[in-house]
Amino acid sequence: MKKILGYTDTWSVSPGEKVGFKVSAYGAERYRADLVRVICGDNDPNHDIFQLEEIEAPFNGEYRGRLQPIDAGSYAVLPYSNAYDGIESFTALAWVYSTTPSKGRQALMVQWQDDPATGFALTLDDTGALTLRVGDGRGNVAEVSTGEPLAERRWYLVAGSYDASTGTISVSQQPDSGPLDPLRSASASDGAEGFAVAQIDLLFGALRTTLSNGKSGSASHFNGKIDRPRLASAVLSSADIELVASQVNPFEQYPNLVAAWDFSRDTGTDVVSDTGPNALHGHTVNLPSRGCKGFNWSGKEQNWQHAPAEYGAVHFHDDDLYDAGWETDFEYVIPADLKSGVYATRLRVDDDEWYVTFFVRPRRGKTTSKLAFLASTATYMAYANYQWLFHERYAEVAESLWTTLEKTDVFLQEHPEFGLSTYDNHSDGSGVRYASRLRPILNMAPTTPCWSFNADTHILGWLENWGIEYDVITDEDLHREGVELLEQYRAVLTGTHPEYYTTPMLDGLRTYLAGAGRLAYLGGNGFIWRCAMSDNFPGVVELRRAEDGIRYRDEEPGEYYLEFTGEYGGLWRRLGIPPQAVVGVGTIAVGFDASGYYQRTRDSFDPRADFIFEGIGEDEIIGDFGYLGDGASGSEIDAVDPLLGTPAHTLVVASSEGHSENTLIVPDEIGFHHVAMDGVQSPLVRADMTFFETPGGGAVFSVGSISWGASLPHNGYDNNVSRISANVIERFLRETPFDALG
Amino acid sequence: MYKIDPSRTDLAYEFRDNPDGPYSAELKLVINRLRVMPMADRHVLVCIERGRRWMLARIPPTRGGQIERYEDQVFSDYDEAVWEVFKRRWKTVTGQELV
Repeated sequence: MKKILGYTDTWSVSPGEKVGFKVSAYGAERYRADLVRVICGDNDPNHDIFQLEEIEAPFNGEYRGRLQPIDAGSYAVLPYSNAYDGIESFTALAWVYSTTPSKGRQALMVQWQDDPATGFALTLDDTGALTLRVGDGRGNVAEVSTGEPLAERRWYLVAGSYDASTGTISVSQQPDSGPLDPLRSASASDGAEGFAVAQIDLLFGALRTTLSNGKSGSASHFNGKIDRPRLASAVLSSADIELVASQVNPFEQYPNLVAAWDFSRDTGTDVVSDTGPNALHGHTVNLPSRGCKGFNWSGKEQNWQHAPAEYGAVHFHDDDLYDAGWETDFEYVIPADLKSGVYATRLRVDDDEWYVTFFVRPRRGKTTSKLAFLASTATYMAYANYQWLFHERYAEVAESLWTTLEKTDVFLQEHPEFGLSTYDNHSDGSGVRYASRLRPILNMAPTTPCWSFNADTHILGWLENWGIEYDVITDEDLHREGVELLEQYRAVLTGTHPEYYTTPMLDGLRTYLAGAGRLAYLGGNGFIWRCAMSDNFPGVVELRRAEDGIRYRDEEPGEYYLEFTGEYGGLWRRLGIPPQAVVGVGTIAVGFDASGYYQRTRDSFDPRADFIFEGIGEDEIIGDFGYLGDGASGSEIDAVDPLLGTPAHTLVVASSEGHSENTLIVPDEIGFHHVAMDGVQSPLVRADMTFFETPGGGAVFSVGSISWGASLPHNGYDNNVSRISANVIERFLRETPFDALG
Repeated sequence: MYKIDPSRTDLAYEFRDNPDGPYSAELKLVINRLRVMPMADRHVLVCIERGRRWMLARIPPTRGGQIERYEDQVFSDYDEAVWEVFKRRWKTVTGQELV
């Protein structure tokens, strides 16, 4: 159903900088590319607010379409070395924890080439049993299997060997002694004509293959963990195998080891280190998970940095994806006079189109407005290629809907190689921790459903229609540049759902607010989760959904520490910086079937709040309209909580009501379940609209609702939600400092 | 788990006549039961033209599998499309067809 897709090599660019566009066509021989500025990406004809501006660009024009494949699935590559030369007999061994033993052939440790069949391949066969194949490079291939499938999610010490003196190949699998289930050891031997080293890379977790474009790729990916893989140039006894596998550095005792890899080193990078003298180092591909519990995890330590010897596993997945690696079709150098904003390149074929979105900020160190729109690119990444709706059995009851897929959803279902979001589970059921923008993102573009990115274009459309000038900056900019980026602006405006914050992002924002900064938080469920970014993996966010919150999937116990930074993951409220302490409100409830509206409170008549309600009637209902649940307070809503840090002088100028029975208190607010946790019965279920001044002369205004933005376009952007938002921005852009002490 | 009584076609017709709710207490149970059926082979909709047209479809049993498209079941009214989904799932869950 999709015939054209693409992505950029970067999201945030300034005048003078270059952005590259990578395009794949699915059956179309030619396509047309045109630059547009995104004003409002909501293309529902019933709303009639879709608005793009065509922009002249040197790359606008026709291009030849080509299919660019994606090689998903993680593995590790150890480049070929002459240290392997001369190996006649060998033993390959590792601790292995298979999460899908029966899914089909899966590579564990291979140095194999097909033509002529040479080398060895230690794999799981179609039944999940350990298998060793050897080839002698002269046409002779031998294979032996234990015939006993590995049990799912149990550690095994596996080994495969070839004895040149007897022409025997052998395999053995020994279950870890911990579990109570009656797992059996198994082994087998058979004759082989011979073995020759393949002069090719050694891989963990995949076999080499050739992709449809002729490039080298990977196949037969392993789902699960591998810990302490070793290669010896001798046949080791069972006792020696156990000893070699149990020691972090076994070289002193076993000098005939070729390599002993230690995955606990270099966590947070793609480096794979050999602890031995041959230095057979390598790298991972497609971001397998690291900082993972090994076979010997005792449970006494939860932090991979404190007990690296117990965190020696890498968790590989057949649907991991970092960089799709497409070739560039065309590039664009941002001209000096291009207005800061959200842009997209529209790709068109006969009966399909796609928008490749990117963000243009002013020249570095310059501004073109006093107001910055902070695009929630960390959140856009976290949601990238979200598939929970059609993977999760209980999604419909969670969201009170009948599944209605987009064409892009259909495409993703049929193309799992495009990777997942941090809301999804891998094919083996483990939670997705990494989400990359270096691939087509089918839910981040104009014309996609109004959530996250495209919901934010309601705010852009409102700014444009009210004539409010703004610059666009992104989360990645804030992560890199911190408060210096924000300090250039008198006021900062969020999107509808700024959910994910790295520590540098939150530090930058808080420092800005401790000064004279003004923040208008026109969203909900914001500033909730700690995420991480890394210079080692540009264009990726990492999450560990520790403890509680709306996690969508479980996080592996003992693996709550982020790989990229070593920080403890989870909710900022459990990390000492609740959103209530930053913006006055924090998430209280979610519900997607219907939204509520706001009523002014007594605080709204405080003179400090006069500017907010200029032009608004004393009894006027605020936001009983909108494109998300027909109200301005909904989807995900926030409320004050002094115990979680809402500043004492915060004015709650309006609160919402009219919420549905399907709007439920969030898990992080629940000490125990009861039957009055919904929007009809619970007084907790409400959005609080708040305002407070900061000691540095700044101020914070929050609406605490994702749906607020979808009410802005109502009635041609002429409504009381728009009016209140504009009142706030107009005051926030005035130089006169706010006075927190009255 | 709640078991739908297939003879209670009155509940199905309550949904047909008022698909956006509010629903009676018993109809809520029916709707939730139809919404928690296994994903594999679940009938769903695909939006083929924003706000205008929807096609009946069915989720395959595995990731990567092709979504079954019902090219002859395209609706220009969303409520009618949802009613078709309701009827298909009713049959899947109860074994009996709604007429």
